Amino acid sequence: MQIFPRSLNKLPLIIGGVGTIVPALLIGAIWYYLTPKNFQVGYQPTQPVPYSHRLHVGQMGMDCKYCHANVEVAAKAMIPPTQVCMGCHSLVKTDSARLAPVRASWESGKPIEWVQIHKLPDHAYFDHSAHLAAGVGCVTCHGRVDQMDVVRAEQPLGMGWCLDCHRDPKPNLRPKDQVTNMDWKPEMAANWTAPDVHPPQHCSGCHR
Amino acid sequence: MSSWNLPIKELGETPLAAEGTTFKSITETVCRVTETKSPRGWWIAFLLAVSFTGVMGLSIGYLFWTGVGVWGNNAPVYWAWDITNFVWWIGIGHAGTLISAVLFLFRQKWRTAINRFAEAMTIFAVICALIFPGIHVGRAWYAYYMLPLPNEMSIWPNFKSPLIWDVFAVSTYFTVSLLFWYVGLVPDFATLRDRARNKTRRLVYGTLSLGWRGSNRHWQNYERAYLILAALSTPLVLSVHSVVSFDFATSLMPGWHTTIFPPYFVAGAVFSGFAMVMTLMLITRAVYGMRSLVLMKHLELMNKIILTTGSLVGYAYAMEFFIAWYGGNEYERFLFVQNRLTGPMAWAYWIMISCNVLSPQVFWFKRFRTSIPVMFVVSILVNIGMWFERFVIIVTSLFRDFLPSSWGYFRPTPIDIFTYAGTLGLFFTAFLLFIRWIPMIAIAEVKGVMPEADPHFGHDDDGGEHHGEAGHKHEHATAEASS
Repeated sequence: MQIFPRSLNKLPLIIGGVGTIVPALLIGAIWYYLTPKNFQVGYQPTQPVPYSHRLHVGQMGMDCKYCHANVEVAAKAMIPPTQVCMGCHSLVKTDSARLAPVRASWESGKPIEWVQIHKLPDHAYFDHSAHLAAGVGCVTCHGRVDQMDVVRAEQPLGMGWCLDCHRDPKPNLRPKDQVTNMDWKPEMAANWTAPDVHPPQHCSGCHR
Repeated sequence: MSSWNLPIKELGETPLAAEGTTFKSITETVCRVTETKSPRGWWIAFLLAVSFTGVMGLSIGYLFWTGVGVWGNNAPVYWAWDITNFVWWIGIGHAGTLISAVLFLFRQKWRTAINRFAEAMTIFAVICALIFPGIHVGRAWYAYYMLPLPNEMSIWPNFKSPLIWDVFAVSTYFTVSLLFWYVGLVPDFATLRDRARNKTRRLVYGTLSLGWRGSNRHWQNYERAYLILAALSTPLVLSVHSVVSFDFATSLMPGWHTTIFPPYFVAGAVFSGFAMVMTLMLITRAVYGMRSLVLMKHLELMNKIILTTGSLVGYAYAMEFFIAWYGGNEYERFLFVQNRLTGPMAWAYWIMISCNVLSPQVFWFKRFRTSIPVMFVVSILVNIGMWFERFVIIVTSLFRDFLPSSWGYFRPTPIDIFTYAGTLGLFFTAFLLFIRWIPMIAIAEVKGVMPEADPHFGHDDDGGEHHGEAGHKHEHATAEASS
């Protein structure tokens, strides 16, 4: 007795087609949406103070290390305290409404609650000083911060991204006096070759 | 004329079905179970099994919520009931593949009456086993890190670990067993489809039977596929439990670091698996009236295998002791003599010896080998004994090892016990559903070993002619076997 209609003869074809396309789409979706490329890159929260890196670095030409002063010696690059802001702004733009939270912090002694953008999990021990000492420029990991009004994450900061550079660091190295230069390109320096560095690729390099 | 063409009577073989069994009666006996209402006992057993499964779910939920510390595992005894149960369940599963694949390669016709049953048991036991590697890890939600998937972290599992081999071994084993079981089921699903009285059954079994019509070409491909799967399953079944044994054998622990483990674990697996098949078969055969298809001959042959593998296991126990003495390593001597034979956990060792080595020895006597009460008791004792074998290997090796300062003891918590009892519930839930909805005996295969299926059935063949009445009978037999 005939149970199923003749049209079901197409079923293997449909299963074969759907069985290929659906998994492919699923893999593609997971590949993109469940990685730091999606979660991290482009993260740009609103900060408590509308601080502009474009103004301070791009237009006024401040060096990165003026505010992030310990970046060459410490593992964690500092966010400048209110004192650094007030170093200028006790005299400059003292009545700006945009600076009101800074003045409030200065008066109350409560720190400004900046929103952190580049977050690594606590089981990964990143060291800024080691990277600057090896000649990794700010721009390599943080992008053109001098052109950002509001800081956004430029790189995924995933482990695979870290390892890509640790396995082949030379393309990302520069002379040590150029690490904070946002415009530096390898072709700009005559007779410069990247030194041999040996970044750790073992677990205890970062997962201490 | 070659001997395999002779009617089985002339070979001196006894029939594999009771007197008066016909093709029709086989179909009737097996299919009736799935077509009539379940007996009250089925419902009681099913509800009991489902509630045990619920207990397992709650225990696992509590475990995930609170952490693996809800178990009795402690600092020297990092593995205890979790891995004991895992190895025990995997071992039980192995008889299914042995019966369906190894005995198939050896052309053992008596396997036809028990293979479906045993394969189902394999699949359900492997499901129960697979739970434990998944939940005994502290962070079960990262279990997928054990799979070699390309990922943004650029990390990969370490293929040197037998625990990673376990992942491959057990998942392959499950997949191949399921395929093997399903391939065998297709002709029987077709039988159920053709007998279906209502539309739902017709649709369900019609889908499951994949358009099987029992044509000559179907059967040729089927037999070839079955043979290939059997030939693939045989090395698989040996390697899977060997891989499970490597979890211990590749370590440096005295009592674990032993080269005899791979074959000894496989023998133990077949031993416990056959015992489980026996326990379940005896109950089901009596409840569902399968006595005409599962004869005392089948049970006796199974008991012979239990005796053989039980003696192999006994040999391995003896050899472990011999090597402990002969090797002269003080840690190993201590482990076997002061720790297993005597010591705080000697009770587990002696339960293991009396259940595994002593109890099957009664099968040397035909009187006991063919006595249903005796084999029922022995089969249960063997399963208890084989659980204790894994417990003894794992826990008594761990709780007192190289450094006396790290000696401890192990006591299970209620959650340990609930989880184990829960997997028994899961096993029986699946098993009872199998009995209810799927032909528990391979109808087509049993028909194939009936005297009527022999082309020479019904006339004294002199090896020359194949015409006339006998030829018609042959066609008739094939047609009916496939219906």
